[in-house]
Amino acid sequence: MASGNGKSNTRLMKGNEALAEAALRAGMQAYFGYPITPQTEVMEYLSIQAPNYPGVVILQAESEIAAINMVHGASGVGARVMISSSSPGISLMQECLSYMASAQLPAVIVNVQRGGPGLGTIQPSQADYFQAVKGGGHGDYHLIVLAPSSVQEMVDFIFDAFRLTEKYRNPAMILADGALGQMMEKVTLPVAGSLPKTNAPWATIGKPNSRERNIITSLFIQPERMEKLNLVLQEKYNQLQKEVRWEEYQTEDAEIVLVAFGLTSRICDKTMNLAREKGLKVGLLRPITLYPFPTNALAKLAKHAKVFLTVEMNAGQMVEDVRLAINGKCPVHFYGRMGGMIPSPEEVLIKVESIAKEFQTAHA
Amino acid sequence: METATNIDGLEVVYAKPKTLTDTPTHYCPGCGHGVVHKILMEVIEEMNIQEETIGVAPVGCAVFAYDYMNIDMQEAAHGRASAVATGVKRVLPDKYVFSYQGDGDLAAIGTGETIHTVNRGENILMLFINNGIYGMTGGQMAPTSILGMKTTTSPFGREVATMGNPLKITEMLAQLPGAYYVSRHSVHNTAAVRKLKKAISTSFKYQKEKKGTCFIEIVSNCPSGWKMTPVESNEWLEKNMFPIYPLGDIKVPKS
Amino acid sequence: MNMSMTQEIIIAGFGGQGVLSMGQIIAYAAMEGKKEVSWMPSYGPEMRGGTANCTVIVSDSRISSPIITKFDTAIVLNQPSIEKFENAVKPGGILIYEKSTILRPPSRKDIEVLAIPGLEEAQKLKSKQVANMILLGAFLEMRPIVKLEHVISALHSVLPPHRQHLIPLNEQALARGKELAIQVATEMVVR
Repeated sequence: MASGNGKSNTRLMKGNEALAEAALRAGMQAYFGYPITPQTEVMEYLSIQAPNYPGVVILQAESEIAAINMVHGASGVGARVMISSSSPGISLMQECLSYMASAQLPAVIVNVQRGGPGLGTIQPSQADYFQAVKGGGHGDYHLIVLAPSSVQEMVDFIFDAFRLTEKYRNPAMILADGALGQMMEKVTLPVAGSLPKTNAPWATIGKPNSRERNIITSLFIQPERMEKLNLVLQEKYNQLQKEVRWEEYQTEDAEIVLVAFGLTSRICDKTMNLAREKGLKVGLLRPITLYPFPTNALAKLAKHAKVFLTVEMNAGQMVEDVRLAINGKCPVHFYGRMGGMIPSPEEVLIKVESIAKEFQTAHA
Repeated sequence: METATNIDGLEVVYAKPKTLTDTPTHYCPGCGHGVVHKILMEVIEEMNIQEETIGVAPVGCAVFAYDYMNIDMQEAAHGRASAVATGVKRVLPDKYVFSYQGDGDLAAIGTGETIHTVNRGENILMLFINNGIYGMTGGQMAPTSILGMKTTTSPFGREVATMGNPLKITEMLAQLPGAYYVSRHSVHNTAAVRKLKKAISTSFKYQKEKKGTCFIEIVSNCPSGWKMTPVESNEWLEKNMFPIYPLGDIKVPKS
Repeated sequence: MNMSMTQEIIIAGFGGQGVLSMGQIIAYAAMEGKKEVSWMPSYGPEMRGGTANCTVIVSDSRISSPIITKFDTAIVLNQPSIEKFENAVKPGGILIYEKSTILRPPSRKDIEVLAIPGLEEAQKLKSKQVANMILLGAFLEMRPIVKLEHVISALHSVLPPHRQHLIPLNEQALARGKELAIQVATEMVVR
């Protein structure tokens, strides 16, 4: 498949390929993966590019479990490392992600989501929201979660994710979906080498006489020590709150506020414009970071908005966080499609119109 | 200081390698793990490669190996030590990397990683402690438990019909082209310890030469899990384990 | 402000008919013309010999939803896709289809319907592979949203090195498609 217009920094690229190119430009030193639709182009692209990047490790592992544990090893020696997969493969990684969060290992994990549960479908989905933002594996931990909505953001967020994962020594996930992975859009690629590498004095690269040995572990068998580590992690998550990012469109006068992330936010963008054409005061809040979540921004909107509608490609996951943020101040509705189905702007509009009508009747 | 004065001027006939920490081990009296740790660390000290060596610990009795080995180490999830070691080695191809795993870790839950690590010929040393039982969790049946062996989950003895045969994974791995040197050892007497030490230093030499995977199985005891005294356990080891897991080289480089 | 142009296109047919690459060529050419573009394929088992389609959006302004259900243009290469997408064309839009593969032609009167004998004409050019380019030429005659020179440079990007020598042939096919569109559209008006 065509991968771009020569060496130009502005190219037409598939999301998966753009993300892979961005990772190389972001100074990724190692990638481990396992084929799964709809994200296999990431590893394919990296494999083709490998000869141009001597020293960068690209390895197809025997399973997602092996791959994420290789990430553990590579991250533990201070490498800038990435792994990508799609929903079932991400499920397989959860044990090690918990270990990595506990051992405070940086890495970027890309989930190009597909419909589930189970083997599911290969069509786009957002049904791994809970898994991504609530922890996913066992124990009290969070991943840093970024949700791109365009091919350009598949590129930009790689840089953000590497920066954040290294700054906080906490795994960071890019939560995309099959449509973003497969679609082509115009992208502007950042210059290679623009992301400085954070020092990793904790890395296990061999113990010189000048320091004590470095140990990377998530085992603290005395509960007192384990609680202490938990407190360190919780403090880190508190610090992370300042990294929260979101976008708002036409919320200033909005009575109905749509809340959507990733691909769905663009669908809602169109719905919003269609609704505005019909005279409905509709706005849109799009969380960019899903963890940390823009709780305060939503709470602020709840002061003048009348009603919220969360739209997701799942059975209603982020809507729980939206309701926590709104805290009963306004009604929060939900509209979702599941199993790989994508809502159209028009069907979301129907929901918006019915909410508007219901609201007017109730307040007449 | 008093001790130092006392030995001043005398010939040192035995010393703990500096590559071992002063932390007392949690291993049961008579367990082979302590001996293997010491041999491994002696080799690292003698080869002067402490600064260039990274170890990966398993889940199992050796889960705290990094408390005792005075080198940089990572603790892997259960069964995944060789995958973690792969990640380390691929990024740092010129360092010495070893994984250290027991039978449940390497030959049950981590079988897939084990086979594929060797099949890729990852240029690491894999150390495999086989005592035919899950020691850490209190004596359950292992993939390498021998037939008739009584454990808490095979209380009437392991039988083929429902529990399968003991897995001779080392022989299996030797079949793979990626395996460069495969050898089976023990630490139940001094002669055996000396042989193991040679095998470990040979493996590190091969690793320096980037020859492929070196795999050393150590058939060992578990006095607590086997419910025997250390002496009894070593006798039982010789009588019952060695016939199924015979010591010696299984695959050596063609000269 | 209504000068702003957005063209929403669906291209559908069997896998192997060049449906996805046709969409890519439009997208590349639009990018060369400094427009915003989005190309969304159907993917997965569908691509392995079954039906395939892609949505292309070309716009002067930022593209919101890449997921759309109504189209300004449908370019259709097989019968199942006629049935699937005929009603998805916006009133006043166009439906261009490959004449040789359609047994039951579309019946809508509120859109422009063009039957283009792409395969037949491609055979005259001694390469049935360029049938899709004939349809593309016809589309660009009806809706000149991208410049022909940009389509040619897009071909340079899309075609692998060992197929670059086919660019002149593709140019011929595009030109033939444009002629056919004029011809067919004129016939429609006369009737």
